[in-house]
Amino acid sequence: MSILVYLVPAALLLGGLGLAAFMWSLRSGQYDDLEGAAERILYDDDKPESDTPDGTKD
Amino acid sequence: MTELAAGLQERAGIDPDLFVRKTADGEARLDLVVAGMHCAGCLRKVEGALKGLDGVTHARANLSTKRVAVRWNPARLRAARIVRALSETGFTAVPFDPKLAGTFDEKETRFLLRSLGVAGFAAANVMLVSVSVWWGLVTDMDETTRAFFHWVSALIALPAVAYAGQPFFRSALKALRSKQMNMDVPIALAVILATTMSLVQTIVNARHVYFDASVTLLFFLLIGRYLDVQARAKACSAAENLLGLRATAATLIAPDGTQRSVAVESLEPGMKVLVAAGARVPADGEIISGLSDIDTSLVTGESTPERVEPGMNVFAGTLNIGAPLTVRVTKRDDESLLSEIVRLMEAAEQGRARYVRIADRAARFYSPAVHVMAAATLALWFALGAHWETALTNAIAVLIITCPCALGLAVPVVQVVATGRLTRQGVLVKAADGLERLAQADTIIFDKTGTLTLGRPQLVNGHEIGNADMGLGAALAAASRHPLALALAAKGKGHAAPKLDDIREVPGMGMEALLGGETVRLGNADFAGAEASAAHGGSELWLKKGGAAPVCFRFEDTVRPGAKEAIAGLKARGFAVELLSGDREPAVRKLAGELGLDEWRAAARPDAKIARLEELAAAGRKVVMIGDGLNDAPALRAAHVSISPADAADVSQTAADFIFQGAKLDPVVETVDVARQSQRLVVQNFALAIGYNMFAVPLAVAGYVTPLVAALAMSSSSIIVIVNSMRLNRKQKAAA
Repeated sequence: MSILVYLVPAALLLGGLGLAAFMWSLRSGQYDDLEGAAERILYDDDKPESDTPDGTKD
Repeated sequence: MTELAAGLQERAGIDPDLFVRKTADGEARLDLVVAGMHCAGCLRKVEGALKGLDGVTHARANLSTKRVAVRWNPARLRAARIVRALSETGFTAVPFDPKLAGTFDEKETRFLLRSLGVAGFAAANVMLVSVSVWWGLVTDMDETTRAFFHWVSALIALPAVAYAGQPFFRSALKALRSKQMNMDVPIALAVILATTMSLVQTIVNARHVYFDASVTLLFFLLIGRYLDVQARAKACSAAENLLGLRATAATLIAPDGTQRSVAVESLEPGMKVLVAAGARVPADGEIISGLSDIDTSLVTGESTPERVEPGMNVFAGTLNIGAPLTVRVTKRDDESLLSEIVRLMEAAEQGRARYVRIADRAARFYSPAVHVMAAATLALWFALGAHWETALTNAIAVLIITCPCALGLAVPVVQVVATGRLTRQGVLVKAADGLERLAQADTIIFDKTGTLTLGRPQLVNGHEIGNADMGLGAALAAASRHPLALALAAKGKGHAAPKLDDIREVPGMGMEALLGGETVRLGNADFAGAEASAAHGGSELWLKKGGAAPVCFRFEDTVRPGAKEAIAGLKARGFAVELLSGDREPAVRKLAGELGLDEWRAAARPDAKIARLEELAAAGRKVVMIGDGLNDAPALRAAHVSISPADAADVSQTAADFIFQGAKLDPVVETVDVARQSQRLVVQNFALAIGYNMFAVPLAVAGYVTPLVAALAMSSSSIIVIVNSMRLNRKQKAAA
């Protein structure tokens, strides 16, 4: 059972990474326009788009 | 969004500089509402057009809110150029007043979403550990491993509850401070107690902890809360866009003759303004020069345009459909007839008894019951001589089991499904509790002009008119923007048009031209030298060709397609249907007869409409008001629930709970059906949630609820409620 001492923190760490990724995506405004995001995937060019309307990472 | 298009056209001439903001790094920022933006191609075109401009640093369109945010270097570009760039690509854009933005708390939505993420993370990981413990309890888990798992759960759950529980804790605290009860009080209590007790159990190394219950509880409740807030935010942003259109500007003529664009609020009596053809009159005033026709239908409900000349008064909000007018302002913006109507509307709003949503009504009776039950359990176990720990554990189990997880989801999920279904049918749900109120309604009052009718005149005596006259009339009419002329031109399209020379419009009179050296005239009776026939309810145009007798074209407003069927459908659904119009009696009587409406009133002023609504409300009736004009706006507010067509006046759309698109009246029936169905589903969901409580609460009181039972009961009831709500979508497919 001592293996749990490593496995449980590892599981939590991975879960925590997922949570951090979610927080980051929320901050960078990726949920502001869900309808638009669904349509933008149809664009042909693959250039990345810029950030939030104010130009700041709030 | 076609309802925006009309308003956008009217505002096209506004100076966008009034709405530009400065950002921190010295750039200019402007938010624009863009009509007709609804696909990937549109997004691309809008953004492409803006980014192609020299000086623009950022352009991002938002399809959900139909707005675009632009940032640029103010030294290199004027705001007007940006608006022009959009109109060149075929999109009408108007500046969005930043003052209106943020009436809805965007921060709160974001915080809910963050809490939801945290709660989801915690629920998944605590469950991972809990399932192992449950499994270990039935097999053989040694005590050290169990203790380790409990401590891991505590480590995850404590910060998660402290963070994600905040929306509920704050709301509960607010309710308690004002000595009231809401659904959040038992939620907060259950979560805090369950977490605290679990921590104590962990420290004393007991067998059961409830960390999983408190975090999954938060997770499910936050889903419901987020959906609810989302629905309201959407309704709110639609309302903001419409409201933005109302903040208009006027063209001021300075004493030195120069013209500039100013905000309507800054107009003072004595100032001179120019009202272009096709524009709305910005303020109440007196005409100094110009002859034109004024369409007052939005203000008075009168369907025939009124002829105006110097010396006459015009009202703010009326539409100038003839030639340009110069108007001297006589009243400030806040004293105008339009503002009067807005004030009447606000009074009606205050008069409307504050409606209590069904979820809140349920909470009022539910929360005290929950607390009493938990307290009774505690007392019972004490009376039976149990240890304080057992008594408290069972009391908390009762709190957890009764926690309104399913109740919290019962309304929001149905709301989201119903709103989605209506949006696909072209109905915009503006008020979050609109569906609930509509489901209770038993009486429907229609306005006439623009609601039951299209608000556009159509030629009715076409069969009496010869082909040659029709062709000539249409050719003359084609050069004018008057609504009657537009209708005639549309009707006469197929006829051979004679060659006309020297066509000119005589403002306030009609059209005049030369046909092979002979003067032909199309216009009002005086202009064509004819006697106006008073018997006719609608409006007329006269055609005079040389010495021949003048020919009369008669026009009437046409009924919306499907109006008769829609009214029959509403009657079949048990509604009492009435017609309440500001128009003259003959026109109203005729329409009521055509549509089979026994109850009708003509020449009703805005205050008379409200009086009728109050009379019905006093008789215990719940009234749906369906109207479009400015004159209906106060009535729309005063009614129990209200619906507007998409081409209604902006103020009316702001006042209405629902907006339907398209020329047909069918969406009204559809909306009523969806409202009633969703109300049935909400009641079913409540019944399911309460039924599950009746089964689970005795178990909890008796002390049989282990963390496993609590988790199963809670999740299954939530999922059943969600699945039941989804049936609203399935019924539609069956019907289609």
